[in-house]
Amino acid sequence: MTQVEQPTYTADEMMAVAAARRLRNGTVCFVGIGLPSQAANLARTTHAPECVLVYESGTIGAKPEHLPLSIGDGELAESADAVVSVPEIFGYWLQGGWIDVGFLGAAQIDRRGNLNSTVIGDYDSPRVRLPGAGGAPEIAAMCRETFVMLRHEPRAFVEELDFLTTPGKGVTCVVTDLGVLEPADAGELTLTELHPGVTVDQALEATGWDLRVIEDPRRGKPPTRDELAALRALKPANGDTVAR
Amino acid sequence: MAEIVSLDEAVEELVRDGDAVALEGFTHLIPHAAGHEVIRQQRRELTLVRMTPDIVYDQLIGMGCARKLVFSWGGNPGVGSLHRLRDAVEHGWPEPLKLEEHSHAGMAAGYAAGAAKLPFGVVRGYEGNDLATRTRVAWIRCPFTGERLAAVPAIRPDVGIIHAQQADQAGNVLLWGIPGVQKEVVLASRRSIVTVEEIVPELEPRPSSVFLPSWTVTTVAVAPRGAHPSYAHGYYERDNGFYVRWDEISRDRERFRDWMARHVFDRETSAV
Repeated sequence: MTQVEQPTYTADEMMAVAAARRLRNGTVCFVGIGLPSQAANLARTTHAPECVLVYESGTIGAKPEHLPLSIGDGELAESADAVVSVPEIFGYWLQGGWIDVGFLGAAQIDRRGNLNSTVIGDYDSPRVRLPGAGGAPEIAAMCRETFVMLRHEPRAFVEELDFLTTPGKGVTCVVTDLGVLEPADAGELTLTELHPGVTVDQALEATGWDLRVIEDPRRGKPPTRDELAALRALKPANGDTVAR
Repeated sequence: MAEIVSLDEAVEELVRDGDAVALEGFTHLIPHAAGHEVIRQQRRELTLVRMTPDIVYDQLIGMGCARKLVFSWGGNPGVGSLHRLRDAVEHGWPEPLKLEEHSHAGMAAGYAAGAAKLPFGVVRGYEGNDLATRTRVAWIRCPFTGERLAAVPAIRPDVGIIHAQQADQAGNVLLWGIPGVQKEVVLASRRSIVTVEEIVPELEPRPSSVFLPSWTVTTVAVAPRGAHPSYAHGYYERDNGFYVRWDEISRDRERFRDWMARHVFDRETSAV
């Protein structure tokens, strides 16, 4: 018997696949740009075709063929069921409680799932000025649950945030390039799943706080051939960049 | 009734040093040509207002037009940082920049309140974050239920500037595609400039379009490709490649100034 060859993939691809798998079919999802948009579109083009993608540009039910570079690319408007104004999308739709899952990235996260996307260093004389809150505070407050995607490294997984942009109360999972964290006792983010080939020690080393780990964390499955093909088919529009 | 004038006349007439100026367009229809005209006329000490400052605000800030920025997300979408904005905030170059930052929902509510000429908008999202301590919000109680809510001040710019696809000879404006906060900013502002792709003999009604009657707009100016490198639905696509290149162009102060000199100040070569 010949052995089935395992397709090769990157850590970012594993992360997108792991996040996409957590979106159930039919979920109404408020999507940020970059990794969240990649994962949500992957879910939509694989196991969750009825997933509804809502972007903050006011596009409801967007079905882009290519990964948009921005939250307002023309393809989102053209493929959407409806296009509404920014006050309407944040007022009637998000604040109105119609969204199931908010999908966010950030620069820093703490053990409570609180997020920083504002500054690194002191607010008045920051070392790095980040883009700021955008839709994140309301997305996290108003969606039934919040998924976070973040590359796992000590400077991102910190004991103390430099700035609290978005409270982590609604965060139900954090998907990283090493595994998955979920809130356990008293809401503390705990490692519950590892991607293939990743060790608990790697996750501990990449976390800036004393990371709790459940007994015998689940072992995630590698991306299937179909998942990888679908993910790679979602090339960014204009084909000249990789969305980050 | 809106006056139809050239873009340099519109900016000359309506944008003054020290004004609060809002150039809006949520990814779509960003008024780049108008922003470049503000830079060419070397307006100073502006309070720049915009939900999503991106390339055109990076340019205005880097050329020293701004004293303060009111915003909710400042970055190069899908690419990364705005290097001129960061340089101003982190190193005070070319001048220090004051920040007043909100969430998107906060600013959207502020614009809607401004358009309605109400004093404030109401949102829930500022609860429990550090943003509330760093921006202009006040906590109020709902007079009916007692719920604690955040009040965000109405946004009433001195000048609101947007780009649209079409106007007619009477100065009525029609735009379609992603509508952003364009209607709100024009109705909320004391004066307004609308640049358009073209002036047509007759505006054709379109479903889900935004119509701004001539009597809500101060001036209309023709600026073909005036949203580039953002896009105008039905006219041209977003130049994503330029957003990526901007990261390189804007990283270095000298290269940035050189680019601005060649592409914004020298009109012979400014067709970018």
